[in-house]
Parts: sequence; structure tokens; C-alpha cells
Amino acid sequence: MRKQEEMLIISQHEIAKGIFELVLKGDLVSTMLQAGQFVNVKTGDGGLILRRPISICNINHETSELTLIYRAEGAGTKVLSEKKAGDFVDILGPLGTGFDLDQVEVGAKVVLVGGGIGVPPMYETVQRLSKRGNKVIAVLGFASQEDVFYEEKFQEFAEVHVATMDGSHGFKGHVVQLIQEKGIDFDWVLGCGPHVMLHAIASEYGGSKKGFLSFEERMACGIGACYACICETKDGSRTRVCKEGPVYDMSEVKV
Amino acid sequence: MSVLAMKLPGLDLKNPIIPASGCFGFGREFAEYYDLSVLGSIMIKATSVEPRLGNPVPRVAETPGGMLNAIGLQNPGVEKVMATELPFLAQFDVPIMANIAGTTLEDYVAVAEKISKAPNVAALEVNISCPNVKAGGITFGTDPVVAAELTRAVKAVSDVPIYIKLSPNVTNIVEIAQAVEVAGADGITMINTLLGMRLDLKTGKPIIANGTGGLSGPAIKPVAVRMVHDVYKAVKIPIIGMGGVTCAEDVLEFLYAGASAVAIGTANFIDPYVCPDIITQLPAVLEKYGFKSAKEAVGFAHR
Repeated sequence: MRKQEEMLIISQHEIAKGIFELVLKGDLVSTMLQAGQFVNVKTGDGGLILRRPISICNINHETSELTLIYRAEGAGTKVLSEKKAGDFVDILGPLGTGFDLDQVEVGAKVVLVGGGIGVPPMYETVQRLSKRGNKVIAVLGFASQEDVFYEEKFQEFAEVHVATMDGSHGFKGHVVQLIQEKGIDFDWVLGCGPHVMLHAIASEYGGSKKGFLSFEERMACGIGACYACICETKDGSRTRVCKEGPVYDMSEVKV
Repeated sequence: MSVLAMKLPGLDLKNPIIPASGCFGFGREFAEYYDLSVLGSIMIKATSVEPRLGNPVPRVAETPGGMLNAIGLQNPGVEKVMATELPFLAQFDVPIMANIAGTTLEDYVAVAEKISKAPNVAALEVNISCPNVKAGGITFGTDPVVAAELTRAVKAVSDVPIYIKLSPNVTNIVEIAQAVEVAGADGITMINTLLGMRLDLKTGKPIIANGTGGLSGPAIKPVAVRMVHDVYKAVKIPIIGMGGVTCAEDVLEFLYAGASAVAIGTANFIDPYVCPDIITQLPAVLEKYGFKSAKEAVGFAHR
């Protein structure tokens, strides 16, 4: 089956400042099986040619629908944010290696840490962990109140704590400070967010807890062919964030 | 003979469509998308004597109609390529063009000698035009005397025909093409990327860690077509053209300019299916413009 499809836009809404939720429908959804993977999106801007990698937020096999959440920041994503229900978007995927949730023991207590636009892949993840009976705590970090999204949606599946850098909503500070402040105990930590957040998680828990970290890097092809998005592992080998990643075992990767 | 078939030194091509070196890895990633046997040939990622880790990130930056890259010839080295990558490609019915790179003349000779003996390597593509490494690469491709010397040395040890990959970052590309022809090159591939730079408006520093990068994509197509057109008039050996090709019409334009086959580079990053899609569409495009075969369209601009 072709891994590329013109998918139909079911809906598109701005759910926080500059943050868009895009729901797409198509056959490709049946091939999306793992949380933490991404799709590569042709945004349709004439001048810019490369696709935009966007992580998968929600997979619904019953309705063949896929939810993406992205920040409209550059020229490409701004064009994408102007598309309406009924329009089509060229999607390639699913791509990359997501969270291997089979490694998380049934009964293990898991903390999911999402920072800003790193929150979306945690939404598919929280549903899967909750369904298999894991105790899940979601710790979501944003810059400010106007940037917060999906807090209530996570509450359906997990105990949720929110941190904002300016303290305008929830805890004032960053996510690792929040985990410590609340005295949250856990066996596994799964994180996705800016590099500084992944670094904080790895330095605090890298030696004592099991975990997965999802990385972001500038990509061109998204399929492992161009060698643009390189991430160095502890054994010195250079892996591709789009292929071996974006999710890495916390013990294997240099942060 | 099929409409698309093309015969070049060492290369019996089912069709004139070849994924370009550096844009296709060693084929593994694309084998997940389609059967690589449909391709005319495959230009594998540049291979050097020793493994190369490549440049620091960021390695790419987007530009209007194209992209800059400075990957830095990351590759596992000729031993590993011959032990694992070429045998993997041997399962497909497709002749391989092995792109070779080095920092010294001796490096090129060493890789050429080894890799030209691999059973599925039908020709070498000698990369004297990579702009993204500190030593070697482009320094061999900007001086006709040096380019000719390297051509002679590689030709002397290679078991298969050699194609020299030319750089557009020269004052007179025709002069280089003529020099490598006289030195014994069996063909020419052109063009490599155009040296460029993008600056970050906040920091004032280059976006790419290497500073400069090679520009590819549709933005460079007119430059490539012009250069193929110029070189076709000046040499007798065949040219494999490339630079910004995204569709069957672009392929036809390169054939008109004088290319006997066409490589597809950056477009593979946007549409992994671009090569098989072009192969499917090419017969209809040839017919639309009144050609019975791809071969018939070669050099049409000069008639």
C-alpha cells in the first residue's frame, strides 16, 4: 500500500495561541499502529518544497481519523493553518520509531512529560497506557496560560498537573520542578518537548528510572535517506531522528 | 527496444531515471516504498576509504524552491558498503553506479579499485564536486588539470566505466568536461549542488553548522539545463543530467539539452515515489511532444 495519501480535512481549530488541531480522514490511518510516530505533511506553500514533520496526536481506527496538533510558526505551517474542512492535505507516513509501550511493565507507574508542542504525542500514549491498566500521571508544561491545551482531555485518562513558566496557570516553573514539588513517584518517565526539557529529565532521572525521550531535529526527508537529522547515541554511533528516533531509550542517547 | 531503454557505457538502462547520489542512501529506505528493480540505475551515497561521521547539525536549511545541505559525506566506508550495502542491492534487478569520494587522489584510487569489482557495480561516479567537506571533493573538480589527473588515475584501476560528476561552482564547466573526456572519462554526470549560505536573522550566523551548504531543488534546474546544453556541444561522451528535476516534463527538458539519462535528487525527499511515478508518466510525455523513444529526444535542443 502506498504510504502517501491526500487526506480529507474533517476539522481544523485554533485550540491555543497559534496552536492548531487538525483532524484528517483517510486509509493511511489503518497503518498507524504506534504512539509517538509522526507524519510528514506537504503544507502546500509554493515557495517552500520540504514537508513538515508533525507528530501523531490521536489515532482512531474506527473512524479512520487522525489528529495532528502543530504550531503555525513558519510560512509552511501558516499556509496549512488556513486550510478548511473539505480541503485535502498530502500526508506521508506513519514515519519513525515511536514509544515501545510493550517494554513498560503492566502495573508500572508512568509519568508522561509533555512540553509545549511536545504534548500532542503524549495524548495517544496516555490513552494506550490507561487502557492497559497502568497508573499514569501527566505533567504538561507550557510557557503561559494562553498556550495551554488538552488539559481536560488528559484528565479523562490520567492525573494531570500543569506547569507554566510565568505561573499564569497551575504550577510556576518547569516540569521537572513540578514533579519534585508534588513528590510524584514513578517507575517510567516518557518525555517529549524542547531539548532543555529532555536534558532536565535525563539529568534528574537518567540514572535511576527507566524512560523514553522523543527528540526534535531539523529534517529534510523524514524517511532516513538524507542524513540531516542526526542524534548521537552513548556508544558514539550517529542515528537518524526520523528513522531510529524520534523516540529513544533514555539510557542510550546523549541529551 | 522499449520506449524508455537507453544504453550507456557500462549501463544497460531499462529507463533513463536514476536516483541521484546522496538523496537515496544505499536504497534501503526506498525499498520500503517500492520495488527498486523499476529504476534505470541507482547512484549510491558517496563512499570513501574510511567511514565518515559527517558534519555537525544543523545540516540542512530550506530555501525558496530548494534546500541547502552540508551532510559531509557521512558513510560507513568502502569495506562496509561492499560487505552489506551492495549485497542488499543485489536482490534488485538494477545496475549500480557507485559514487566515490576522497580527500586525496590515493583515496579515490583505493575506493575505485575495490568497489569497481563488486558484481552489481556497473559504473563509477567519481565525485569531484562535493562542496561540503574541508579537503578533497570540490578541489578536484575546479581545476581542469587536477580533474584530468584524477580521471586518469581512477580510470587506470577501475574494472567498470567511469563517469565524472562535475561541479557547477566553476567559471567554465565546459573546460573541465573537455579535460576529463580527454583523460579517459566514459561519461559525465552533472551538476552537483551550487554553493550557498543562509543566515539566521537573530544571530547573524549561518543556519547550517558547516557555514556553507550545497543548494539543490527546482531552484537550480535552469542552471543545470544551461550547463548540460553547453557541455553537450563540447564533448562526445554521454551526459547524465541532474538538478531540480521533479516531473517527467523536467526529464524531457534535460534530454533536449543533451542528457542521455536523468538523475533525480532532492525530489526523493519530498515524494519517495517520485522516481517510479516519473517512469510511469514519461512515455505519455514523450508521445505528447512527438517522440517515439527517450533516445530520440536526446539533444533535440541542438537540432
